[in-house]
This record gives sequence, structure tokens and C-alpha cells, in this order.
Amino acid sequence: MLAFSFNDTLLVATVLFSIGLAGVLVRRNMVFMLMSLDIMLNAAALVFVGAGARWHDATGQVMFVLILALAAVETAVGLAIIVCLHARGRPTLDADTGNLLRG
Amino acid sequence: MAEILLPLLVLCPLAASLVVFISAGRMGARAIGTVACAGVGISAVLSIILSVMLLSGPVAGGLQVTLWPWMRVAGLSADIAFTLDRISMVMVLVVTIVGLLIHVYAAGYMRDDPGIARFFGCMTLFVAAMLVLVLASDLLCLFIGWEGVGLCSYLLIGFWYDDPANTSAARKAFYMTRMGDVALLCGLLLLACATGSLRIGSVLASVADGRLPASGVNVAAAFILVGALAKSAQIPFQAWLPDAMAGPTPTSALIHAATMVTAGVYLIARVHDLFAMAAPVMALTAVLGALTLLMGACTALVQSDLKRILAWSTISQLGYMFLALGCGVWQAALFHLMTHAFFKALLFLTAGAVIMRAGHEQDIFRLGGLRRAMPGLTAAFVAGASALAGLPLVTAGFYSKEMILSGVWHVHFGLAREWTLSGHPLWGIALLGAFLTALYIFRCVFIVFCGKAGTRAAGRTSRLMGIPLVCLSVLSLFGGVIEMPDTLPSLHLFSALLDPGTPLSHADEPVWLVLAGALAPLAGLGVAWVLWGRPSPVMREIPGQAGVIRPARTGRGMDVLYDRVFVQPFRLLAWLTRLDIPGHAITGTGRLTRAASAGILGVRAGLLDMLAMRATGTARWAGHLPGLFQNGRVRWYAAWIAGGLCAGLAMAVLS
Repeated sequence: MLAFSFNDTLLVATVLFSIGLAGVLVRRNMVFMLMSLDIMLNAAALVFVGAGARWHDATGQVMFVLILALAAVETAVGLAIIVCLHARGRPTLDADTGNLLRG
Repeated sequence: MAEILLPLLVLCPLAASLVVFISAGRMGARAIGTVACAGVGISAVLSIILSVMLLSGPVAGGLQVTLWPWMRVAGLSADIAFTLDRISMVMVLVVTIVGLLIHVYAAGYMRDDPGIARFFGCMTLFVAAMLVLVLASDLLCLFIGWEGVGLCSYLLIGFWYDDPANTSAARKAFYMTRMGDVALLCGLLLLACATGSLRIGSVLASVADGRLPASGVNVAAAFILVGALAKSAQIPFQAWLPDAMAGPTPTSALIHAATMVTAGVYLIARVHDLFAMAAPVMALTAVLGALTLLMGACTALVQSDLKRILAWSTISQLGYMFLALGCGVWQAALFHLMTHAFFKALLFLTAGAVIMRAGHEQDIFRLGGLRRAMPGLTAAFVAGASALAGLPLVTAGFYSKEMILSGVWHVHFGLAREWTLSGHPLWGIALLGAFLTALYIFRCVFIVFCGKAGTRAAGRTSRLMGIPLVCLSVLSLFGGVIEMPDTLPSLHLFSALLDPGTPLSHADEPVWLVLAGALAPLAGLGVAWVLWGRPSPVMREIPGQAGVIRPARTGRGMDVLYDRVFVQPFRLLAWLTRLDIPGHAITGTGRLTRAASAGILGVRAGLLDMLAMRATGTARWAGHLPGLFQNGRVRWYAAWIAGGLCAGLAMAVLS
């Protein structure tokens, strides 16, 4: 009684991932980039869930929980960095201005 | 015994020369003269001892000493070896005895000259070199002596080197004899190639065996003849000898009258067997000798310098010797060589004493009436002059000249098979020469010693200079009686001495032949008396400055000819050489090459540079490209990661 087939799940995950990736690449606002990263993580988690459902294995859902925690941590750290930068007198969210070392 | 004495003969003068040279400035004039005279004197004594040993020994061969082998190469061997045979014995006696007398004279003559050490060093060195030349049994060894005497001649002509004229005379003599030396060397090389040895005996033996082609013999003889002509100042090389009188008078007597200039005669007499096989060269020798004797006599007739008169007369007398050699009577040539050495040395030494006492005046027209001031010298000069003229019976010159004349009369040149040439015209020339000889030498005698007084004579002739003059006078008056014509008491000591096997035969000699030879000098004497000798002489001087007389008087005619024929083309050549066409060509080629190589180098360097620049540019650009990735923008990094991931996935999937 699968509402979605596994292929559809993968397709949705790919679309999500692409949206997230596009958001990371295109948006310059660091908050939006964090959000896009979360979307990409969610896409990966969706693949785990879909795979767990496909092979009737609970490990996929365990991985989803782990990824959820990871995403929370990531968002927390990212936001903390942004706040720190803001506190150090860099009142911008533009990611491209942080290239002073320039490689 | 002979093995020791023969090298000593050469070593004594050489040692004396070394001592004198090395001691320059530390020995007095007297000591130097003593050392030099002692060196040559020991040589003279040794030569007499050796001659006695040779004559008392067996007739054939001679004393042979091989000192050391000089070179041994494939096809040629040469030794330093001496031979004393009968021909060289005569020459050695002449060289050492006349040399000794001249050295004694020179010890007095050069007493006050500051360069006396140099003078005696050269003189004794000359005697040593001349003895090497005479004694050498190897033609290459002879060549050492040949060059050595040339060197000493050069050094002594230019003895008073302060005057450029003297040094240029020395150079002239050196160059002109050098031409002959080159020819002689060519001849020697030809003989060495053909026979493999230059030992005179073996060369002559292989020539006699007919191992050489006739043309080879002719060419070799012609080369040797050219060498001898140059050394003996014969046509066409005669011009150096009169200029060589620039040297001190003893030098002129020893080198340019008695010994060195006769080296050519000696050489040809030495290899007379070779010349006997080369009939055309013999004829050429005779003709050149006849021409030279006539030319020399004519030139001597118009000279006014005392020493130059004697020089031209030397050339003329050497012409007699070459005439004799050309006619094959080499015994007569050697006999005349000997008597000529006596009387010409006497004439030169007397002339030197006269010139010295007359205040270094050499012009015979400024001298005059010296008979009363210096009777002894007058007697000596007259003795020498009579011997030179060949006054019959009482002088040595008569007998030697008579021997030459009779030899020339009998000769026939077999030039080709059907074509022989009689020697009678040459005899006529020689007789005319005898007449002219008496004419010019008595002209000189009458002008210098008779007539009104010219320059005042001063001083006395020292005993040191007088004794050699007396000895030489005796030799030139009586040295000739050892060989007489057949019409007189038949006495052939000299030719028997030289060639015991085949005595010259004068059996069919007509009496009038000897008579003509005797009358010609007397006629010359008479004409000279008429022209210059009587109290009111017909002429003091041969008139006329134009035409033949003038170039003949200065003796410059030949010089002009040399100038035109040799010097000017040589100058042109030198000028062309100075233009340096090959040099320019070489330089141009060099420049071209250098430019080309510079171009190639440039192109190569440019290419390399360009490559290197390109490479570095590429490298820098390649280094810069990854740098572009590192732009510090997080989004770009993410994009690269995503791109790389996609590419990796695509490769994994598609491959």
C-alpha cells in the first residue's frame, strides 16, 4: 500500500536536493544558504526513509533521526557563526564578502 | 794518429775563435792576435804534417775519419766525416798557410780597432768553417762549412756596422750567395734522392756506374754549378763581390780573394766526375767563366778604387778557374786557385798597407808616386801584380795560366752526337783576358806608385805586417815552378800530386801556344807603360763618362739589371702581398662565417627564449588557473564540489 513507489521517492529527493543545492549556490544570504542546506539534508533523509520503506528495514528511519539531529546541530552552529560575525562588527549576511584570503 | 790530427785541424781555429769571442773586452789586442794566430798556426803545422803522412802513405784513397753519424733515415745516411785526399790537401795547405799569413798581418793591421776581438773571432771561425768545407767527405757536411763561411763573410763585410753602406753590402753578399745556396741544396737533395747517400765517393761511384739518368746528372750538376757561381761571384752573381770590399782589408784578402770565393771552384773540382758526365753543363761553365773573366777584366780597367780593382780582378781570375773547370782541366783550376790565393792575398794585403799609410785614401788617382815613400810595399805590390798578370817565367801566375790556356786549347765539347764545339774561341777570350789583366793591374801600379806624388805617406809598415808580405811575395813569384809546360823543362809535380794515375799530356802542344801565352801579358805591360807609365803619360784616366764606361766604372750596370729583373718584380710581389688579397679573402670569409654563426646563434637563442618564455607563460598561466578557483567564495566552492560530484557520478554511470 505504498503511496509512492521508491522511484518516485528518489525523484522527489533529487528534486529537493537540486532545489537545496540551487539555493546554496544562488543565494548570497547566509541564512538562506543554511536553510537550503537543511533542504538538501532533508532530501538525503528522504532517500533513507524511502530505502527503509522499500526494504522494510528500520535502519532508514534511525538514519533519518540522526540526520535530523545533525541538521539541528548544523543550523545551530551556522547561526552561531553568523551571530558571532555580526558581533565582531561585520554587519552583513552576504557570503561573498568573506573572501579576503582569496586563495 | 791521423784520426786525432784531422779533427784537431778544424778544432784549433774553432777553439781559438771561441776563446776570442768569449774573452771579448777582457783580453788585450796583442793577446787576441796571439791566440788567433796560434790557433791558425797550429792548424797550418798540422796540415803540413798530415800532408807528409798522406804523401808517404799509399797512393789510393786518403785519410778518412768518421767523427759521428749525423743522421740515419730510410734512404739517406749522413756522417760528420773528414777526408784528406790529394785535392783537399792542396786546399787545406792553401787555407791554413795563407790564412796564417793573413792572420799575422791582421794582428798588426787591426791593432787599434776597438772591435778586434769580434774581428779575430770571425776570422778564425771562418778558417774553421772553411776547413770543414774542404775536408768534408760528405756533401751535407760540406754544406755546413759552405754556410759557415757565408755567415763569416756576412759578419766581416759588415764589420764596421756604423756605416749603413757596409751593412747593406753585407746583406747584398748574403742574399746573393743565399740564392746559390738554395740551388746547391736542391742539387744535393736531388743527388741524395737518386743515390741514397751524400758521401762524395759513393755519389761519384753511382754516377760513374750510370745508375743515374743522364737528365738527372745534368740537372744536379746545373744546380751545383749555380751554387758555385754564386759563391764565386761569377756571372750572373758577380755584383756582390766588389761591394764586399767594405770589410777590413785582411777580410778581403782571406775571404774574398784567397779562400771563400774559391769554394765554388773547389766544389766543382771535388765532383769533377759528376761534371764530366754532364757535357752541356761543362760547356755552360766554360762559357760563363770566359764571359766573366772578360767582363771582370774590362770592368777592372775603368775602376778608380784600389780595392775594387782588385775585387774585379778576383772575379776575372775566378773566371779563369771556371773556364778551366768547364774544359775539364780541374787540375789547372786548382793550380790557378793556389797561385791566385798567393798573389791576390799579397795584392790585397799590400793595398791595405798602402791605403792605411796614405791616410785611408783608396782612389788611385789621389794616390801617386808612392814608390819613393814606401819602396818595400812597392816591391811587394809589383811582385803580386806581375804574378797576376802572369809575366813569363818569373811568376807563379804565368805557369798556372799557361796550364789553363793549353787545357782550353785542347778541349772539345761533345754537346750532341754529331756536334762538337772546339775550345779555340774560348782560348782566344782567355788570351785577350790575359792581355787585359796585365793592362789593368799595371795601370794601377803605374798610377799609384809612379808619376807625381799624391797624398803624403805617413808612418811605417810594422814588422808584423811586413813578414807576411815577404812570404807571400816569395810564394807568388816562385810558387808556380812545380808545374811547367812541356816546351819548358817538363815538370809536372802539381798534376802528378793531384792525380798520379793520369798525368795531363801536353805532348802535341805547339810552341807558339806557350809563346802567345807569354807574350800577351808582356804586351799588356807595354801598353800600360805607354798609356800610364811614361813620364808624360798618354792619359791619366780613360776619358768619356757616357755610354759603357760610366756604368762599368761604377759597376752599377749589373745592379740596375738586377733591380729591373729581380728587385722590381719582387717589390711588386711584396706590394701585392701587402694588399693581402688572400688575407682579405680569408678575413672576409671569417667575417661572413662569424656573422652567419652569430645569426644562427641569435635564431637559436631566440627560439629557445621564445620556447622558454612560452613555457614559463604557460606554466604561470597554468599556475594561475587553479588560483582562480580559490576565490574565497563559499558558494563557488560548493558549486565546484557539486560539479565534481556530478562529473564523478556521470563518469561512474556512463563508463
